[in-house]
Amino acid sequence: MKHLRTVTILLAVAFVGLTVISCKDSKKEDSNDAMHSNLSTNEAEMNHDETMDSNTMNASNDMMDSSTQNSSAKQVVLDYMALKDALVETNKDEAAQAGKKLESTLNSFNVSSYTSEQQKELKDIIADAKEHAEHIGKSEMDHQREHFKILSKDIMDMVAITGTETTLYQQFCPMYDKGSAWLSMEKEVNNPYYGSKMLHCGTVQKEIN
Amino acid sequence: MVLFVAFVGIQFVSTKQNQSNVIPKTDFLLVNNPPKNIKKLLQVSCYDCHSNNTEYPWYNKIQPIAWILEDHIKEGKAELNFNEWDSFSSRRKKSKLKSIVNQIKDDDMPLLSYRLVHQDAILSKSEKELVIGYMKQLKDSLK
Ligand code: HEC
Repeated sequence: MKHLRTVTILLAVAFVGLTVISCKDSKKEDSNDAMHSNLSTNEAEMNHDETMDSNTMNASNDMMDSSTQNSSAKQVVLDYMALKDALVETNKDEAAQAGKKLESTLNSFNVSSYTSEQQKELKDIIADAKEHAEHIGKSEMDHQREHFKILSKDIMDMVAITGTETTLYQQFCPMYDKGSAWLSMEKEVNNPYYGSKMLHCGTVQKEIN
Repeated sequence: MVLFVAFVGIQFVSTKQNQSNVIPKTDFLLVNNPPKNIKKLLQVSCYDCHSNNTEYPWYNKIQPIAWILEDHIKEGKAELNFNEWDSFSSRRKKSKLKSIVNQIKDDDMPLLSYRLVHQDAILSKSEKELVIGYMKQLKDSLK
């Protein structure tokens, strides 16, 4: 009896599977198209390229003056903030967009201005953060927020190494997933884990200068 | 009719087998040596897609099931390969453990399509709690 059921399910799945496969292909093309048009029209992407170029040129400067924040690190924080804001607004598409942007910034992170020990730590952080950014780029809201929590820890650890030129506020809400933290550029608490449902849940834990 | 011919036709297409007899030293179960019942649950519910060794069911001889599974294995291993566990840094391990807990809690893993045909892979409520508790405790034990 159990076998019969399995066989029926299998046959159904097999035929549905055939249909799904053909759908899946066309879906893939769609998303490729979307990506292309994004690349060509998204000005932010281009600006970002410029940042990267100037970054390589400035690498030697960075090495001279370790108190200035590396421009890759600065861009990571900016991308992270765009992501956080999208989550505060409960805007899945914008969050996905910001996740992809963050992923590409992380991909071209230039760690050469740091000591070898810092580089090792940074590479570890970047590898982890990249995975979360990638998932945020293709997930539903709930899942985006789950990844954002782990990502936030990575970014905090990164800032501990790279420093920051702008003041950052580490904020904390005890409600979400037994307590979750994030970074913000404003002192006022706007919660990325709940959005409008519980916008101001949280307190400032730490001011990072 | 066309569908039927196609269905018969694709039965002759073969897929790559994800099978290896070697259990690397970095394997999750080898390194962490969890209690037997948890070991069994992970092997039955997760290892088919998240390790280098898949226990192929008999219906994997049927296309397009074999293709679908092959696809899942490729993607699943890229996300998380339990065989390579100990090669991850402490940060990566903690991050993966957190994701594992989230995936099980949200009923996202094992994949729905797999649960449909592989009913022994379904985790009961108490089995979920067991695995989640274990993963959390493992995460807290990492520095
Ligand atoms: C049928 C194959 C299959 C089985 C069985 C399976 N997975 Fe997965 N898993 C995948 C695929 C495919 C992905 C990548 C796509 C995705 O994230 O949905 C994935 C992704 C994941 C991820 C990363 C997701 C994220 O968002 O970080 C985790 C963690 C995971 N699986 C854990 C598990 C655990 C734990 C089990 C057992 C309880 C399990 N998987 C069983 C196929 C499988």
